[in-house]
Amino acid sequence: MLVTAAVFVPPAVLLFTLFVVVPMGEAARYSFYNWNGYGVPKAFIGVKNYLQLFANATFRQAALNNLLIIVASIGIQLPLALGMALLLARREIGSVAFRMIFFLPYILADVAAGLIFRFIFDGDYGPVSSLAQQLGFGPLYMLAAPGTAFTALIIVIVWKYFGFHMMLYIAGLQGIDRSLYEAATMDGAKARQRFWHVTLPQLAPMLKLSVFFSIIGALQLFDMVIPLTGGGPFDQTHTMVSFLYSFGMGRMRIGFGSAVGVVLFAVSVLFAFGYQRLLMRHE
Amino acid sequence: MLKPLLLGVSLCLALTGSGFATTLTAVHVETDPGERALWDRIGKDYTAQHPDITVQFQYIENEAFKAKLPTMLQSKDPPSLIFSWGGGVMLAQQQADFIRPITAAVQPFAASLVPTAAKAFQSGGDTLGVPVLMSKVAFFYNKALFAKAGVKAADIKSWDDFLAAVKTIKAAGITPIVVGAGEKWPMHFYWSYLVLREGGADILKRAKAGEDGGFTGPVFVDAGKKLQELAKLDPFQPGYQGTLHLQAAGLFGDGKGAMQLMGNWLVNTQKNNAADSKGLSDDNIGTFSFPTVAGGKGLATDALGGVNGFLVSKNAPKEAEDFLRFFSQEKYQKEAAAKGYYIPAIVGTGADVSNPVTKSVAEDLAHATALQIFFDQDLGPSVGRVVNDISVAIPAGQMTPEDGAKALQQAFDEQ
Repeated sequence: MLVTAAVFVPPAVLLFTLFVVVPMGEAARYSFYNWNGYGVPKAFIGVKNYLQLFANATFRQAALNNLLIIVASIGIQLPLALGMALLLARREIGSVAFRMIFFLPYILADVAAGLIFRFIFDGDYGPVSSLAQQLGFGPLYMLAAPGTAFTALIIVIVWKYFGFHMMLYIAGLQGIDRSLYEAATMDGAKARQRFWHVTLPQLAPMLKLSVFFSIIGALQLFDMVIPLTGGGPFDQTHTMVSFLYSFGMGRMRIGFGSAVGVVLFAVSVLFAFGYQRLLMRHE
Repeated sequence: MLKPLLLGVSLCLALTGSGFATTLTAVHVETDPGERALWDRIGKDYTAQHPDITVQFQYIENEAFKAKLPTMLQSKDPPSLIFSWGGGVMLAQQQADFIRPITAAVQPFAASLVPTAAKAFQSGGDTLGVPVLMSKVAFFYNKALFAKAGVKAADIKSWDDFLAAVKTIKAAGITPIVVGAGEKWPMHFYWSYLVLREGGADILKRAKAGEDGGFTGPVFVDAGKKLQELAKLDPFQPGYQGTLHLQAAGLFGDGKGAMQLMGNWLVNTQKNNAADSKGLSDDNIGTFSFPTVAGGKGLATDALGGVNGFLVSKNAPKEAEDFLRFFSQEKYQKEAAAKGYYIPAIVGTGADVSNPVTKSVAEDLAHATALQIFFDQDLGPSVGRVVNDISVAIPAGQMTPEDGAKALQQAFDEQ
């Protein structure tokens, strides 16, 4: 036991320290400097990066966007995924094929999805705009205004990720003991009652897990935003991570970017631990 | 037959076996395959004369280049020659002591460099780099559409003439201007030129020194107001806030707009990005300089553009400077001009530019009274990107010209 630990723990600890703990510590240190990435950080400015960050309207919008994406994930994506799961969990003709179809977008890289939808939403040559014109509206430039661009982003997220959550639910549904339904039916429970009182409670662990993935996914969202909207127009469709990249790395403000990273890290850790303590204690 | 073989073998031995072999690595962002082949050939020619030195040109994608460079320069084996845009990033590299001044080494061939371009690589009496290529931002217009609308480019001299032309073109049912505002920087050309025309060629230098109210001074506020005047005419293509710059180039190539304010590379990009991959023929494209503004200090011949060249890293082999001299020879750079790769920053190569549109730009550049490098390069990335931000936000009515100027000053103070 001790020997095993002595052999296997050090490499893991070393790697973890080298590639996770050290960079995090470095980032935390840089966040107190005004540093452009050249040479060594010299200009110590205390918490000024953080003050600038919290005063930054674009960052507040980015944080709000993260929140809205979470709301949309839970409010639109999860019900859709659940509905589809209920339809497709049963073994019927075509259900496996449909599961595949709905799951496929999840396999696609975020960058590819962003690029594809950049074309789909293009006002001059994209199919969405053509459809709008067929229906008698003018050409539709979804990515040219903040509101519609953000809507477009939500559409792509839901399209890409609902299949994954659907699969989680299908797995959950298939794990529910049939006898519970039989008992409920015998007690005279209607379909709706069976859903509320058997399916949902039995599915609760999966639901909690799926919400957890949705929120973490929303907080990490980056590589779809950059090709789709680039955070624009007017930097209104950034997420915190794309903000970090554009305003930290892109502007060579490594100190400022590190401050964004630290805030993002704090939010993620708080959420992850809080969520686990509150909701996933028994799992 | 045997002789070259032996030479080749000994060359290989010299390169690999002996400890005297030196490699000069040059990192750059140029994509044109023909251009890169020419540069590689120059490197080989140099090796032929200096068998103990190999030159390696290494291409890195533009964004990746900018992100990686700080790390590369701090590594144990930094590149010897670094592609540069001059301006704020170069000064940051100088301050961090990553590049070395090459004043004395450049002196012997300094006269062959276009003076306005060479200036972009000078700082406080030191020469930090050798310019290779340059570009100018100007209006490029579709001659057929201008004729259809009854507008003559030669008549556009002042900002008011320009606004009148925009109105006339719009009245003829043609989109007057295409711009890739989705990427912001294409829009910053407008704001930059307005600042330059209002405040004169040394305006940025004065603003940096805090003269006349710095970046919040009347020149900068006025530029924003003029940009709003233009935006009020609704001159841009529909959805312009989301258009990317290459898309915009394609729209211009497709004849979907009458003009575009862009660097002279548009001559090529409008072809490659047009729906038919052909775009406008060269004889259908005209060019005119950004108009002057009433009461402004700037001249019509003050140009906004870019200068690219190479810097020498701190501990690069001593041959680096000599290679830059070799590289800048007229015979090579004339070839680059003739093949249409770029406008070389070498005196007397302008005449060799084969493309008629590019040639007229090259001539303008040769006679430019001043060459102001792109504001977002000059001011460095942190302040420069704020210029881009406000250049998009002001015409869209998201920001007042005064607030835009303040945001810029704030970014400048915070950097």
